Amino acid sequence: MTLESFAEGTSPLHSMDAAAKLVAATIFSVCTALLTTIEAACGALLIGLLLLGIAKLSARTLAKRLLFVNAFIAFLWLTLPVSTAGTPLYSWNGFTVTHEGIHIALLITLKSNAIVTAFIALLATSNITDIGTGLAKLRVPQKLSLLFLFTWRYLHVILEEYKRLSTAATLRGFVPGTNSHTYKTYANLIAMVLIKSHDRAERVSNAMKLRGFNGTFHTLYTRQSSPFDSISACIIALSGIALLAADHFQIMELL
Amino acid sequence: MHIAEGVLPPVILASCAALSAAGVCIGVKKLDYDRLMTTAILSASFFVASLIHIPIGPVSGHLILNGLLGLLLGWVAFPAILVALVLQAILFQFGGITSLGVNTLNMALPPVICFYIFRPMLTNGSTSLRFAAFFCGFTAVALSAIFTSGTLALGGDNFINSAKILLASSVPVMIIEGLITAVVVSFIAKVSPQLFPFTINTPQASPTTQSAASSTAE
Repeated sequence: MTLESFAEGTSPLHSMDAAAKLVAATIFSVCTALLTTIEAACGALLIGLLLLGIAKLSARTLAKRLLFVNAFIAFLWLTLPVSTAGTPLYSWNGFTVTHEGIHIALLITLKSNAIVTAFIALLATSNITDIGTGLAKLRVPQKLSLLFLFTWRYLHVILEEYKRLSTAATLRGFVPGTNSHTYKTYANLIAMVLIKSHDRAERVSNAMKLRGFNGTFHTLYTRQSSPFDSISACIIALSGIALLAADHFQIMELL
Repeated sequence: MHIAEGVLPPVILASCAALSAAGVCIGVKKLDYDRLMTTAILSASFFVASLIHIPIGPVSGHLILNGLLGLLLGWVAFPAILVALVLQAILFQFGGITSLGVNTLNMALPPVICFYIFRPMLTNGSTSLRFAAFFCGFTAVALSAIFTSGTLALGGDNFINSAKILLASSVPVMIIEGLITAVVVSFIAKVSPQLFPFTINTPQASPTTQSAASSTAE
């Protein structure tokens, strides 16, 4: 199972420095989250889509992912339009859909998708190890960036272990259902995965200490950060800030 | 139970992020290099647990295991859960950068509370192991659900209905989570008690049977 669905590729965004992308994605997301008008949110979504276009990702995986992310938004669409007070737009069986409700739901949908598309284009295109080293480069506390890298490492160990045990359970005729047997089986399985992974982690930890591990993680992939990276990061961050400024001073209404 | 990007107003996002940052700072201070691997394992299990779907009647819910994390890690649950949430955001786009603070707070504060309530119960042996572990898992998920719907409700009056639905729908998950945590904790206590950074004293189990169980496991 490959978890990094978008990390393979040759686009300019794939080869950009992870630290620069982290900074750009953070500034852009924060600016977009602060937007208050539909027009500015549309602008942000356009930038997000543009970045996705540059990243040239597999359309099918992308569509699936976006659909999944929008499940929470769909849930908000069910409740927000009827529970916001304002000018009624449409009334049915005591439920009143208000203009304000539709407005806020639409705004949330646009903003959320804008952030997610930019996020996929910028961060999902890096592999996790690069992001871990990027975090270290951005002076994130060493324990945190190490924890990040080790968690990523053990995630696969745990996933493999879990799969092996659940295959074994299936082979022995285990069919999950709503009963205490199912829950007990899952619980025992999880406990066994934890114990096995813990033992393995202990061995790895001891081996690393014996080889002189002192808390610094040396990466084999060294990537020279080029001026191109900082310039593109600046452009993305600035476009976010520009949108926020336009939103704040209501420049869109002048157009 | 992740709150998506762009939903909550900036004031709430910022204040939750500040509180989470404080929690993460305390956690990182308390995390020493020797426990780094165990923490990484548990952080990874929190991530993997969210991929395990368990049937509940006609639907299915995923495990959270934050009660277990709290019991084993205490304040270190903050950095552990933060890391797992960052990975989820990057790999699956559940949540994201701006809602990271809210989501970390909602997921990591309950385990820390559970740590203070249930670890003493397990160490002084006043209650049965399964009972304490069940309520640890149950309470952690219940508090997470309450916090999540609470922050959603703080977002404005119009979010209150969504918050109510969210809270009601997580009741079955709380019970399942409690059951699973109870079995996991008693299994580990029997097979590999060294996984706990503290000794478990239960009214039933005498220390001789516990050490016998652990020696057969090794």
